[in-house]
Amino acid sequence: MIISKQKEFNDLLNSIKDEPVFIVGCSECATMCHTGGEEEILAMKEALKNKNIVVTGWVVLDPACHLQNDKRLLRRHKEEIDKARKILVLACGNGVQTVSEILEDVDIVPGTDTLFLGEIKHANEFEIRCVMCGDCILELFGGLCPVSRCPKGMLNGPCGGSKEGKCEVDPDISCIWDTIYKRLKEKGQLYRLKEIREPKDWSKSIEMRRTL
Amino acid sequence: MSYKSNLERALSEGRFAVTAEIGPPKGSDPNKIRQKGEILRGCADAFNVTDNQTAVVRMSSMSGCCILLEMDLEPVMQIACRDRNRIALQSDVLGASAVGVRNILCITGDHQSFGNHPGSKGVYDVDSIQLIQIIKNMRDQGVFQSGDEILSGKPFVFIGAAANPFADPYELRVDRLEKKIEAGVDFIQTQSVFNVDKFNMWMDEVRSRGLDKKVHILAGVTPLKSLKMTERMKFHVPGVDIPEEIYDRMKNTTDPKKEGYETALDLTREIKKVKGVHGLHITALFWEDIIPSLVKESDLLPRP
Repeated sequence: MIISKQKEFNDLLNSIKDEPVFIVGCSECATMCHTGGEEEILAMKEALKNKNIVVTGWVVLDPACHLQNDKRLLRRHKEEIDKARKILVLACGNGVQTVSEILEDVDIVPGTDTLFLGEIKHANEFEIRCVMCGDCILELFGGLCPVSRCPKGMLNGPCGGSKEGKCEVDPDISCIWDTIYKRLKEKGQLYRLKEIREPKDWSKSIEMRRTL
Repeated sequence: MSYKSNLERALSEGRFAVTAEIGPPKGSDPNKIRQKGEILRGCADAFNVTDNQTAVVRMSSMSGCCILLEMDLEPVMQIACRDRNRIALQSDVLGASAVGVRNILCITGDHQSFGNHPGSKGVYDVDSIQLIQIIKNMRDQGVFQSGDEILSGKPFVFIGAAANPFADPYELRVDRLEKKIEAGVDFIQTQSVFNVDKFNMWMDEVRSRGLDKKVHILAGVTPLKSLKMTERMKFHVPGVDIPEEIYDRMKNTTDPKKEGYETALDLTREIKKVKGVHGLHITALFWEDIIPSLVKESDLLPRP
């Protein structure tokens, strides 16, 4: 899932500048993250009203990254959107851009910061699992990804900062290499760690990649 | 046999080698390097110039090396994977060899969050083991990482790397060394040794796998200058293992500089006795002027 968090309310107010707003949410990731589902949209609407900002309407897109669905759903809200000067999008960076592709003439305000592709561990607790490198090598590491989960993306074992299972960068997170070591030991596959892993081919995941 | 560097010669001839670290200044004044170089002249076979260590911006390692070369001192250029992708790393290896740098030490690098630009983007395109392999292939096969051929002049360098016997998971530490050897490393400088017992355990395993015959190992020594520095290293520097005994020595003394120096002397004597250790790597953080007496009193002079 795409993990996002809502921007600070005061930052949003600075972007909105007291102009009428139409709010857009997303039925998928932003709903699961509690950053842009119906509940959060209604709370945002209330908070903006309290600051005397007019909310002309709102919609939950299904999902916001789906261009054709968005066109259909946004058409139904044309009148409310026409009254607005700002579109506040509570969805990931992809959702924001799909909306901006459709509503070209009005200012788009991203309402969230998109953080990473991750797992929902518990309610409101998320952890990165993938950097979309385009060349999955999870089978080498017992199904655990050092590319996304080691802050240095080490492919040949832990750096010198691994201590008692924790990462030097943040003692609240596990050193993924410690976890990989324990997993492969259990599986009897420690030999996998003795082989040198060559540099990754990042051309499989470059910025300009488009459709399949 | 033609050696690439003094360091290679000393190690290959079986002499107990000494390297010492010179941290470049947080500024562009070349005299800071020259002063440290003069203090350390004759104390070591080669001098490591660090590459923005602890992710703090300093004068570049390459420039520091050039200044030492002008002084007729032999540098070990440290090169970190944190700040450069494989294009820039290989370019710097070529450039270093071109200006006469003959020792390069490959490290992954301290994470940028520890330094003075925590908002920077870490690169980590390759890790230290991959970098060793890349440089070895450039030197011995004449090819870049992509397989493209080097056209005019293969880099002529002695390849080094770091090893940390004190980090976890402990069971992987000798494996990591073995991988570095397989990747093509010529010499190793270890993390500073304070916990001799743990270092001995690591070296026992190194010898039992015969690795001390395949690579030259220089053990790290760092004289502690103050209680504050001891505490910073013990509690805040990743990968450093300062046992309680040494911490207590530094806590209970009225003269921390003297105690730190005595401790370093004791550690050096212990380390020199460890079989399979081929030299010493001295890192005296902001205390370079202690190194001459440390090497003298440890019977490591004259150099080379």
